[in-house]
Amino acid sequence: MTRELWKGNEAIAEAAVRAGLQAYFGYPITPQTEILEYLSRRMPELGRAFVQAESELGAINMVYGAACTGARVMSSSSSPGVSLMMEGLSYIAGTEVPAVLVNVMRGGPGLGNIAPSQADYNQAVHGGGHGDYPRIVLAPASVQEAIDLMGLSFDLAEKYRMIAMVILDGSVGQMMEPAEMPEMKPIVDRKFEWATNGAIDRERRILSSIYIDPPAEEVANLRLGARWQVVQANEVRYKEYFLDDAEIVVVGFGTAGRVALSAVRAARAQGIKVGLLRPITVSPFPYQIIDQLAGRAKAFLVAEMNMGQMLSDVRLAVRGRVPVEFHGRPGGMVPFPDEILREIQRVNSTPLSMTVDPVDGWLARMADVK
Amino acid sequence: MQKEIIIAGFGGQGVLFAGQVLAYAAMDTGRVVTWIPSYGPEMRGGTANCTVVIADEEIGSPLVQNPPLAVALNLPSFDKYEETLETGGTLIVNQSMVDRGAKRTDIHCIFVPCNEIAEQIGDKKLTNMVAVGALLSSLPDLAIKDVEKALEGHLPARHKHLLPKNFEALRRGYEHAQKELDKAPA
Repeated sequence: MTRELWKGNEAIAEAAVRAGLQAYFGYPITPQTEILEYLSRRMPELGRAFVQAESELGAINMVYGAACTGARVMSSSSSPGVSLMMEGLSYIAGTEVPAVLVNVMRGGPGLGNIAPSQADYNQAVHGGGHGDYPRIVLAPASVQEAIDLMGLSFDLAEKYRMIAMVILDGSVGQMMEPAEMPEMKPIVDRKFEWATNGAIDRERRILSSIYIDPPAEEVANLRLGARWQVVQANEVRYKEYFLDDAEIVVVGFGTAGRVALSAVRAARAQGIKVGLLRPITVSPFPYQIIDQLAGRAKAFLVAEMNMGQMLSDVRLAVRGRVPVEFHGRPGGMVPFPDEILREIQRVNSTPLSMTVDPVDGWLARMADVK
Repeated sequence: MQKEIIIAGFGGQGVLFAGQVLAYAAMDTGRVVTWIPSYGPEMRGGTANCTVVIADEEIGSPLVQNPPLAVALNLPSFDKYEETLETGGTLIVNQSMVDRGAKRTDIHCIFVPCNEIAEQIGDKKLTNMVAVGALLSSLPDLAIKDVEKALEGHLPARHKHLLPKNFEALRRGYEHAQKELDKAPA
């Protein structure tokens, strides 16, 4: 396979096509519009469905309808647009149909800006739509990883009849990197036993998220919970850097993880025993490896492009055994390696308090930022 | 090896494409590379810039605060990157668009009249390629022939007839910068 220079957003679109995407429904919003733009040309060329909906609400409900037929379907948007899709996402989850949603995150809250951000972590991982529902969330840090995770997202969504979200910040969407595309997969009728694709010569099937009878809804919730346990046991993915002898563990996903890698390398060059854990699945979250690392590391540093959202999950895994410090750049700012390097140096050389909340400590250090 | 390069100028000066040409050349010579534009509203007419990181291993940060190498195609970019360049770094300045000399003495500012050279070759759209040629004088990791091959391989077919002029722009930029470098005190 040859490497080609791909822009993140276009690479995501082509990777989805090659994974057998049959229908795309979306609405333009920066910084993900290239996905829509690319597919508006590519999908009709292949005789597949592309619809620019009247709004994000329309798009996600078209995804819902198309997903019920068992087709490979997706939408993509950016933060404010994804917020609009949350009701539909909950219905998709409640109906237990597979769908893929890409969120190229931008600065918020509200209209915010179009700069790179990771502030929708909690929306994607912990909430978003109403009701109890699990969802798979993948967080690529490079163009190649975005390509690889697009194919995986469809497979996982179908395997677990679940939403698979791919969250990346605007910079991964906008950057160009050499990458290899997978082979074009043929469109396959997966003959799902649940798909409502025309009841010819078979019993009628019904897909719905309505369980008027609470005991039945409880059964449905418990079914999703049991399925999630299988996902947690089998689908955790992460990448480790210099962790073998690390006394300090930096945790960062997506672009913050990449920037942290530069900082970790620089700190290693200064003799600091520091490593990096970069979660690739942020849901299921890599609790187990963090739990293990907490048994031998002396401190953690979480780096994010938000106010400390994944931080909570890291603290949950560390369970108060060692200090967990935080450095974040919210609002569409991207940290530079030097800032994270300074934090690594601080964690390495100063006694850390177990009683100061890491966000409080970070906010005090951020007081100089105007 | 890791080199970070920022290319900056007005929208329309070919800033983003200049960076992409470097990225293609780096890719084709087997390097790891990241190209990232500033994609804000400034793309619509104001200043534009892109960062190119070329390395031998997985690239961490796609952005750099104090680049060792930068190209400033206009005065606002000269002002901005003269300030942030890494000590000892090299800044290629499009002399045609600035009205002042260098302020810092701890960096190398190489002045190249990119617009005039491009016009002499016969197309002012070649300004960016003159600047890329000049940059190569301070980027030994990529040779002119690597960039020529990248242009040949990746320029859209409808622009292929422009290749000889692009090659000339690269060479003229390189030669001009080389002369400036030879003049500069070590």
